[in-house]
Amino acid sequence: MAKKREIKEYSTDPAAQQMLIRAEELGIGTAFTRADNMVPCNIGGAGMCCKQCGMGPCRLTKNGEVGVCGATLDTIQARNLTRAIAAGGAAHSDHGRDMAFLLKATAKGEAEGYSIRDVAKLRMVASYYDIKVEGRSPEEVANDLADLYIAQFGQQRGEVAPAVRAPKKRQQVWREQKVWPRGVDREVVEALHRTHIGDDQDPAHILNHAVRTALADGWAGSMIATDISDILFGTPAPLLGQANLGVIKEDMVNVVVHGHEPSMSEMLVAASQSPDIIAYAKAAGAHGINLSGICCTANEILMRQGIPAAGNFLHQELSIMTGAVEAMVVDVQCIMQALVGLAQNFHTKIITTSPKVKIKGATHIEFDEQKALTIAKEILKTAIDNFKNRESAKVRIPQIKESVIPGFSHEYINYMLGGSYRASFRPLNDAIMTGRIRGVAAIVGCNNPRSSQDYLHNLVVKELLKQDVLVVQTGCGAIAAGKLGLMLGEAGLSEVGSGLREVCETVGIPPVLHMGSCVDNTRILTVLTQMVEEGGLGDDIDQVPAVGLAPEWMSEKALAIATYCVASGAYVIFGGASPVSGMPDRVSDSDLVLKYISEGWEKQYGGKLEFIPDPQEMIFKSLEHIDKKRAALGLPAWEKDKFGRSGDAKMNELEKLPLAEKREAIYGLAAD
Amino acid sequence: MSRYIATRAMRGANALVIEAELMLDRALKEKGADTPVAFPNTAYYLPTILGMTGKAVEKLGDLQPIMRYARDLLHPIPAFAKWTPYLGETLDSGMATLLAAETIEVVRFVYGLQPEPMPDSFTLSGGTNYVGSEGHHLNGPIDDIQLRSWGIQLVDGRMPGFAAIVGCAKSNEVAVKIVRELQRRNILTFLCGNVNGRSIIHQLQEEGVELGYNTFTVPFGTDTISAIYALGFATRSALTFGGLKPGMSREILLYNKERVFAFVLALGEVDDLKYAAAAGAINFGFPVIADTVIPEILPTGVTTYEHVVSMPFNQIEGKDDLERAEQLVQKCIEVRGVRVKVSNVDVPVPYGSAFEGEVVRKADLRVEFGGKHSRAFEYLHMAKLDEVTDGKIEVIGPDFAQIPAQGSMDLGIIIKVAGRQMQQDFEPVLERQVHYFVNGASGIQHVGQRDIAWIRISNNAADKGFNLEHFGRVLHARFHEDFGAIVDKVQVTVITDPALHTEWLEKARAAYDFRNKRLADLTDNKVEEFYSCTLCQSFAPNHVCVVSPERLGLCGAYNWLDCKASFSINPTGPNQPIKLGKLVDEKKGYWEGTNDYAKIGSHGVVQEVSMYSIMENPMTACGCFECIVMLIPEANGVMVVSREDTSMTPAGMTFSTLAGIAGGGMQTPGVMGVGKFYLISPKFISADGGFKRVVWMSSVLKQSMNDEFKAVCAREGDPDLLDKIADERSVSTVDDLLAWLEAHNHPAMAMEPMF
Repeated sequence: MAKKREIKEYSTDPAAQQMLIRAEELGIGTAFTRADNMVPCNIGGAGMCCKQCGMGPCRLTKNGEVGVCGATLDTIQARNLTRAIAAGGAAHSDHGRDMAFLLKATAKGEAEGYSIRDVAKLRMVASYYDIKVEGRSPEEVANDLADLYIAQFGQQRGEVAPAVRAPKKRQQVWREQKVWPRGVDREVVEALHRTHIGDDQDPAHILNHAVRTALADGWAGSMIATDISDILFGTPAPLLGQANLGVIKEDMVNVVVHGHEPSMSEMLVAASQSPDIIAYAKAAGAHGINLSGICCTANEILMRQGIPAAGNFLHQELSIMTGAVEAMVVDVQCIMQALVGLAQNFHTKIITTSPKVKIKGATHIEFDEQKALTIAKEILKTAIDNFKNRESAKVRIPQIKESVIPGFSHEYINYMLGGSYRASFRPLNDAIMTGRIRGVAAIVGCNNPRSSQDYLHNLVVKELLKQDVLVVQTGCGAIAAGKLGLMLGEAGLSEVGSGLREVCETVGIPPVLHMGSCVDNTRILTVLTQMVEEGGLGDDIDQVPAVGLAPEWMSEKALAIATYCVASGAYVIFGGASPVSGMPDRVSDSDLVLKYISEGWEKQYGGKLEFIPDPQEMIFKSLEHIDKKRAALGLPAWEKDKFGRSGDAKMNELEKLPLAEKREAIYGLAAD
Repeated sequence: MSRYIATRAMRGANALVIEAELMLDRALKEKGADTPVAFPNTAYYLPTILGMTGKAVEKLGDLQPIMRYARDLLHPIPAFAKWTPYLGETLDSGMATLLAAETIEVVRFVYGLQPEPMPDSFTLSGGTNYVGSEGHHLNGPIDDIQLRSWGIQLVDGRMPGFAAIVGCAKSNEVAVKIVRELQRRNILTFLCGNVNGRSIIHQLQEEGVELGYNTFTVPFGTDTISAIYALGFATRSALTFGGLKPGMSREILLYNKERVFAFVLALGEVDDLKYAAAAGAINFGFPVIADTVIPEILPTGVTTYEHVVSMPFNQIEGKDDLERAEQLVQKCIEVRGVRVKVSNVDVPVPYGSAFEGEVVRKADLRVEFGGKHSRAFEYLHMAKLDEVTDGKIEVIGPDFAQIPAQGSMDLGIIIKVAGRQMQQDFEPVLERQVHYFVNGASGIQHVGQRDIAWIRISNNAADKGFNLEHFGRVLHARFHEDFGAIVDKVQVTVITDPALHTEWLEKARAAYDFRNKRLADLTDNKVEEFYSCTLCQSFAPNHVCVVSPERLGLCGAYNWLDCKASFSINPTGPNQPIKLGKLVDEKKGYWEGTNDYAKIGSHGVVQEVSMYSIMENPMTACGCFECIVMLIPEANGVMVVSREDTSMTPAGMTFSTLAGIAGGGMQTPGVMGVGKFYLISPKFISADGGFKRVVWMSSVLKQSMNDEFKAVCAREGDPDLLDKIADERSVSTVDDLLAWLEAHNHPAMAMEPMF
């Protein structure tokens, strides 16, 4: 039996702590306590267990031991990792596929309530693929784009199209390594085939296909998902939002939306604003209807609509524990089965909506794009009808929330650095080149109840900011920083090194840029590509002083993201445990794959994947890598406090003086 | 930006757009939507609006969509807390400010409020030409003529950039010092704005500083809004020299960031509108320097170096205000990265190209040499190294102390140079520089050359101690500086002694004769190489001049000998020899060498270039040509329009409009920008029939080059030809032209068809 942790060891988030105390009072288990009770299998965790066929499972725990079929440990680890990457890529890409179908239906006018909101982005994306834009209606263009995108999934030969948006030199690397994906589905299917009993048994060869499968996610499936979400729901631009459980409102019908795809959540947002639904909620005795999000659905509607985020992955159970949630509406990915049992302690209804996801005991109202708005209203009415069942005695809403400024799409970043006329990445590149910004860290990924919630994320973020590293975030990591107040312009003045402060103040940005959900990591690839194209930071992504981190990773999607980032040239550091760690102290050569995805991939792609549990080491390695890349580019070494003279501080002080003194101080003697 | 600046700039932008909307509404009601609107003598309509939006505004009604567009660029000011980003939004607001400012100025033109009137005591020293004006007003927008004539100086670095000064200096003394410091560096200075009603323009006027084109200081207006003329000038430079088209806003702005070295100097209080206008200027990559406390923006990117720099005047290190002013200007130059070459010439008056255009009027005159009442000449010749004592300056004969005020005396300036790279062919090239070098001294005016030189010294300069020896010092310093690669030693003798004067004048005249013959002898078929001139590529990236003995550069500033000398001075510079190689077509002027070079020099834009034809692969032009030659198909000939001619031509376009077709490095058969001395060359469109094809010519050319043209007419076998050529005084349409040619029996009518 594992040691039970203290509440404050579960989470650094005070709102979460309040709810975990509440859970203890009620005697309800959560992912945190289950993590304590469930000791992870150390053999499976190290990737040393093969259960690919009926001859096993085979556990390879001795030097030189092989499976029944003769499979060596490195083959088994490579297969396990590849299968995880395939599953992660499949999840993102299937999301992309549904978005492509939705675009097609919208173009044909068959999707109730949807429209093309961002025609500029549609035209821009279409132009990447030489789809004719001039003189055609948005629907015509969208129809062609949808056909092209749908075809990416079933394409059998050739090269997936969106990857042409990578830097030229990177494209060449992929061709040389023969990893340019042919079609999304084909790579996933082949990954499963090759890892079946008695197939591909050369670890490097297997992992090469893992790269191809991951690229089909990052430079196709996920990229398609992001493109279409922006086209249908608008490309994000900064706006004011809120995060944490305090956004749940006692006097309103609370609907928490959880999962990943914006297609349904956006329609719920639309429905929640319709007068008949508001009237219906009021008739039920509430002040209105209050939507909030969990996990990446939260990110999708936060960055586009300003709908508050109730929290990240580990908040899904905690939000129900407020006792004030009438319905939690879920679609796909990262939805704990435990929700249904947990909700039975309260009045909360768990409503599943995806044809792909049902949970035993949950209410299923299946989503259909042709009747999307109607179904969204039905869901909200179900929630409103449930309001009367709320037990006020059980309501405990932590009064903790923080403001956030999300919405940093690569399009907006481009705009914010020069306006409509001079939009470019030049100021960002300049800032890196001079050393005002030491480098860029993309800190992404999940929560994991095996570490303290948000602890690793925020520790790393806060330290890197002080070292003048600009941080961009997506997914649950983004919500972690948001809850802490790091996604405000104010944080750009107080929480950062002096050089980064100057840049934040010049542009008016928070030091941590919220770039979207986990499927939106492709936005980061686009930013890196545009930085390369702007000039001054080398001619490929692997030369940019940047690093990717997922300190609290847990999902297979994270492994797929890591792999496509590595193959795009990035140094990626994961916290927590490695799925291919092996036990090098006990079993020799059990870390061959671990070394291969670091040193081997670095030789091939210039990027590498490493697992570093210690946050200080994570920070050290990140800075070391950034400094190494700076040196390789011939940029000046970063120096602490070298910059920082400019800004408003002095002016704001003078503005407080009495008028006469102020005039004297600002203007000197008046002109004669 | 910073939040403080963003807030103030957006507030200023919002206010100015509203003001422009109200003014426009009123004007539409009072004057009507069809009222024509225009800036004087420009082919670029309202240049900032044209460049940024692609819209040619011709009447009041056209401004309505522009103002709607400007309004769309505005943003609410940043929140006090939890703000969203503001940099892009501020830059957009800045652009809205510029569109609104240009709208306001042109509405003011409609109401006769521009150019801004000034008291009679104020007279512009060279400026935009307004019909019926006596010059008692500020300049308003710079016209296309001046833009083009400054073009070559902007591109060859003589004029390293421009400064837009907005506001009012701490004192008159400081105002003068700042402007002098800028002039000393040949930086074009635009003046506008005020602080509590007082403008630097008033300060300079009170101190008697000459303002106008001639002195590189252009007073636009005493309010901030008139700063728009600086950005209109910047926009036009991209359209004129960069080959960019209206509406290519991003390219126009980047062109300015990369090639036009300009900055804004805000003197005194910076109010919301100044912040807003500054945000507009930053779009162009022009940084802002203030002499008061304002928040600094030091990260770079939109501008090449810092965006906003504060240098509170009283905190500048320096023993007095004058030193502080000097430091301030120095800082401006640093921030913009302006490449400045300052001549250190040891004379008691300020020195710099900005003073080249200064005029010494009769009333200010201390003494003159040459002109009506005396004779002045200058003669440069080479000698062996051991025959020249470097730095030796002799004055032989009396000084001008005994000459009464406004009197005159004879003068000879003899320059003896030596150098291992010096060639006799370079003597006239160097001698012609005397004009520019002497003119650079403030208070000295130099006109003409050889034995028709005419030099004036003002009272002011004489009072400061300028004497005859200083001519020698100027020449010694400048020849070393500019021609150090070919000249090792320079010795100057200034002669006023009558006997010696006569003796040397004879020697000089013999040399002039010799050179004339040499020049007449120097024809295209007697050399083996022409020269390229890519001096303008910093502005017109794909244009290349091919300079031959019989065809000088289109700017008029570089002939074949100049190019040859330039190549000797700087073997990797803009003038490279082009080996002619095999002659392909003697009549049209094709050589393998010139064709090959055209491809390389134009980066593939031009495939072939004909040296002697306007109809087939004519040479391209940057934008600083002295005249435009253009086919008039109906007349079977060409017209020649001078850059100084603002009137309508038979082609239905003024020079300014024509220039848009001729410039930008594009090959357009039937249109060519040329240097005016090419007109008298035997090779002038010789493939198409030569000078006899000229059916129309601006009268200013006819008059200023009358003797030369007479000789050409005689050479062409038609001594009365010049009188058969029409000009703008008699002919401004094709129909009139045809009638004129008929009446005067112009030979072109009987020549074979041009195409």
